[in-house]
Amino acid sequence: MNLRIVHALLLRYVFLYTRSPVRMVEMVFWPIVDLLVWGFLTMFLQQNTSGAFPHFITFLLGAMILWDILFRAQQGVAISFLEDVWTRNLLNIFVAPVRTLEYLCATFAVGVLRICVTAVALVVIGWLAYSFNVFVMRWWLIPFFLNLMLFGWSLGMISTALILRWGQAAESLAWAVPFFIQPVVAVFYPVSVLPGWLQPVALALPATHIFEGMRQVMQTGTMSWVPLAWAFVLNLVYLALAGGFFVWILNYTRRRGLLTKFSTQ
Amino acid sequence: MADPDTRETLLEAVELTREFDGVKALDRFSFKLRRGEVLGLLGANGAGKTTAMHCLLGLTLPSSGQLYAFGQPLHSHRIAILRRSNFSSSYASLPGNLKVWQNLLVFARIYGVAQPKQKIAGLLELLEVSHLSDRLTGQLSAGESTRVNLCKAFLNDPELLMLDEPTASLDPDIADKVRKVVRRLQRERNIGILYTSHNMIDIEEVCDRVIFLHKGRIVAEGSPADIVKRSTEQSLENVFIKIARSGDLENTNGKEPTP
Repeated sequence: MNLRIVHALLLRYVFLYTRSPVRMVEMVFWPIVDLLVWGFLTMFLQQNTSGAFPHFITFLLGAMILWDILFRAQQGVAISFLEDVWTRNLLNIFVAPVRTLEYLCATFAVGVLRICVTAVALVVIGWLAYSFNVFVMRWWLIPFFLNLMLFGWSLGMISTALILRWGQAAESLAWAVPFFIQPVVAVFYPVSVLPGWLQPVALALPATHIFEGMRQVMQTGTMSWVPLAWAFVLNLVYLALAGGFFVWILNYTRRRGLLTKFSTQ
Repeated sequence: MADPDTRETLLEAVELTREFDGVKALDRFSFKLRRGEVLGLLGANGAGKTTAMHCLLGLTLPSSGQLYAFGQPLHSHRIAILRRSNFSSSYASLPGNLKVWQNLLVFARIYGVAQPKQKIAGLLELLEVSHLSDRLTGQLSAGESTRVNLCKAFLNDPELLMLDEPTASLDPDIADKVRKVVRRLQRERNIGILYTSHNMIDIEEVCDRVIFLHKGRIVAEGSPADIVKRSTEQSLENVFIKIARSGDLENTNGKEPTP
């Protein structure tokens, strides 16, 4: 892998985002709207349940912020690819000496940048509006962050592969794919709430272990390293599978001549 | 028989066939492109030019046959080959939401161009588009956009260049300028160029040799003047029409003669 090429591809997205205030606003607008809606809703529930659920607000706001890390990492990959489709630049990229891994790494890096922007905005607003301190999770935040980012990259590769296969008609998958798994990975409620048959499915997804861990850390201040290790191992498996799926679909589109359609649509 | 042309072969297709749902878009297509040669790929819409170009760029895999560039198989040396090549098409634009210099800088870095800013400035000046450097690429006219695309195509001093209809939708003045710049750079740098166009003025002015494709097969090959001489037609344009209608250079297969 050539880091110069990754840097060059990343530079393109940096130019794109820094010259377009609308794109910067888009990155923080919906997360902030979500934070405000969930924050006020939980305050209302807390006031009307006489404090029966003391961790309501921290659970929900923490979950919302961590979910956004996963979502932004996925979007970094999928939307970066779509930017190339929308600007009819994909042909230029695929006939340049860019390896698939270099292209993907650049989109991963875009995901990291998007996470940084939205996370800072959410942490600051969470603190100002609800006195919610995300750092109550202390050093556990680092493995949470890393694992959710890795899973976001996997989902991003899967979303992009599906768009490659089915064309621009499937571009809404860039936003939809993370929400397919959201009900199962126990973002806002514990795994125990899920029906028994669905719980093994939930535990087979790395994000589930992170959201469960987050609630444990918020309640007790600590957690076992075992779920984190599970999440990490599962992430490695999903990254390998998603990467393999992406390469397989890319080769399939080359065999079928579908890749060139993106330059003429 | 030994090949009389001793120049290095930059690009070679051997019995290249590409089928789409049982229909052959390319049928046992073979050719060689030499260093310093401009080879025109001609044919009516659907003749197989674009499929050939996409196979040569590695965007579409052939159903059978082999492709070599710089003596190496394309499928196993794709990245090394692409470093020494470049491509420009009037149908593949650079991102319209970036400024011209930003787009060119990104590609200069991808190709590892030394002193990219000086290189970009030199190419913009050569193609008479220096004043567009700070403009958004999406705001350029077709002629301006084509010349910026050509700047990108010459960024890495390619030895092998593929130009897909570089003068499509250009007015005659700009098309003439583009042809002259391409020809000049090609001669100065001894580049091998594969050139597609529907504009026969382009072809006669730029190409040393042409290949006519019809239904994926080569139906005529030679210098533009030689092909006109071998036919009963008066111009390359009429040869093009004749081949498009009859699929043959030598006779019209009972079809009406070209006007």
